Amino acid sequence: MTQDIIQRSATNGLTPPPQARDFQQEVAKLIDTSICIGCKACQVACSEWNDYRPEVGHSVGVYDNPADLGPKAWTVMRYNEVVENGKLQWLIRKDGCMHCDDPGCLKACPVPGAIVKHANGIVDFVSELCTGCGYCIAGCPFNVPRQNPADKRVYKCTLCVDRVAVGQEPACVKTCPTSAIMFGSKDSMKVRADERISELKTRGFANAGLYDPEGVGGTHVMYVLHHADRPELYSGLPKNPSISPLVHFWKGLFKPLAAAGFIAAFAAAALHYTKVGPVTEDDEEGHHG
Amino acid sequence: MANQKDVVLRHSYPARVAHWLTALGFFMVAVSGLGFFFPSLHWLLGIMGTPQLAQFLHPVFGIVMVLGLVVLFLRNAPHCLPEKGDGKWFQHTADILKGNEHHVVEVGHYNPGQKMLFWKIMGLTLLLLITGLIAWRPYFADLFPIPLLRLALVLHSVCGILMMFLVIVHIYMGFWYKGTVRGMLYGTVTRSWAKKHHPRWLRELATKGNKNP
Repeated sequence: MTQDIIQRSATNGLTPPPQARDFQQEVAKLIDTSICIGCKACQVACSEWNDYRPEVGHSVGVYDNPADLGPKAWTVMRYNEVVENGKLQWLIRKDGCMHCDDPGCLKACPVPGAIVKHANGIVDFVSELCTGCGYCIAGCPFNVPRQNPADKRVYKCTLCVDRVAVGQEPACVKTCPTSAIMFGSKDSMKVRADERISELKTRGFANAGLYDPEGVGGTHVMYVLHHADRPELYSGLPKNPSISPLVHFWKGLFKPLAAAGFIAAFAAAALHYTKVGPVTEDDEEGHHG
Repeated sequence: MANQKDVVLRHSYPARVAHWLTALGFFMVAVSGLGFFFPSLHWLLGIMGTPQLAQFLHPVFGIVMVLGLVVLFLRNAPHCLPEKGDGKWFQHTADILKGNEHHVVEVGHYNPGQKMLFWKIMGLTLLLLITGLIAWRPYFADLFPIPLLRLALVLHSVCGILMMFLVIVHIYMGFWYKGTVRGMLYGTVTRSWAKKHHPRWLRELATKGNKNP
């Protein structure tokens, strides 16, 4: 889909991307951590649908396998054991791209059109244009994109943009055996989340809630958490993620400031030379007024 | 054109080679750097073939620039130490900008403005080298935590832009002070140029000889 891009990296506002086909509902993937059994079927489905096969790794002594996201591992289950109210809890979170409404990767990307946001909210990397600078990795508040050393390009979850474009749900959603991963319009997913959260509250999880962080404009991958007050319990899910002020300065104020500096420097040189003229090498007595 | 008797050696052959190697490296990293920094100038990356090649070559040319600058540092640092009388030069900045430097102070090997430029360029180069190594993909960047990576990338762009301003000043001064550029092209400057702009240096030449030109 190239006609429904509502945000395009490194693109001047004067020359917006094609956005005629924007009458679309925002979509969202809802991941209910309270139903997830950590089976990793979503990891397998992701590699199946997207045709990647990472090297077989090594066990690092915990269930996390592979131990981290990778250029060929766009989603991984992260397992954390916590003791809450005297009871052991195994908190399992399917990690991957959150498809932020205000994507830090897209803001940081210096290549026109290498990262796009579609009208339905999906943030996608156009790998053909990617140069491998890794600015997206620095821009992401969730530490998600990963560089492939072989082709130097950076990869992450596409939210199965190719499946969604033809009316199918993402591969991980289709495969999830407990329906812990759901997919639909963002509005309907919020309704679904509310139902789940009230149920969790009746079961004693007073702080159950939806993770849809405002700092990044909300996300198109949302979590139902039993402990929404402490998302860090879920293997370091950030509590208030937002694009770093450094990235804002770098991609915001600093650019016009630098441009103005260049204009001023060239203007100063031209005006100075026109006013004072050359300093010649031998008119020893010459004195400029 | 002045004949051989009327000229003195200002920059030795190795110094000139190092300077132009630095200039080549700087030109390539600056043009590609602007391509990375200003999205509307993305097309500048074409100077290196493709954006992907620019991504690969930018740090390589950065290293070329650093190597040239190491030579220039070793040769010129002794000439760029602060001296008595530098303060006087700065007090007369306004007059100097009117082209009256030779009436105001007796300049040695380099004037205090050149010395400042030297240390600023060297300092920024060190920062650019460190931040550039941290951000160098796919080799080093993944070894560092992301907050540090962010800081390195932002600092790298700030230092790069500042360096470009310094080089604009450097080039303009060479253009403004006629007879200067030939020193870096052929090595020699006229005696009258040296007498006017670096009289103390010319006198030292006569008494002590030309050390590390």
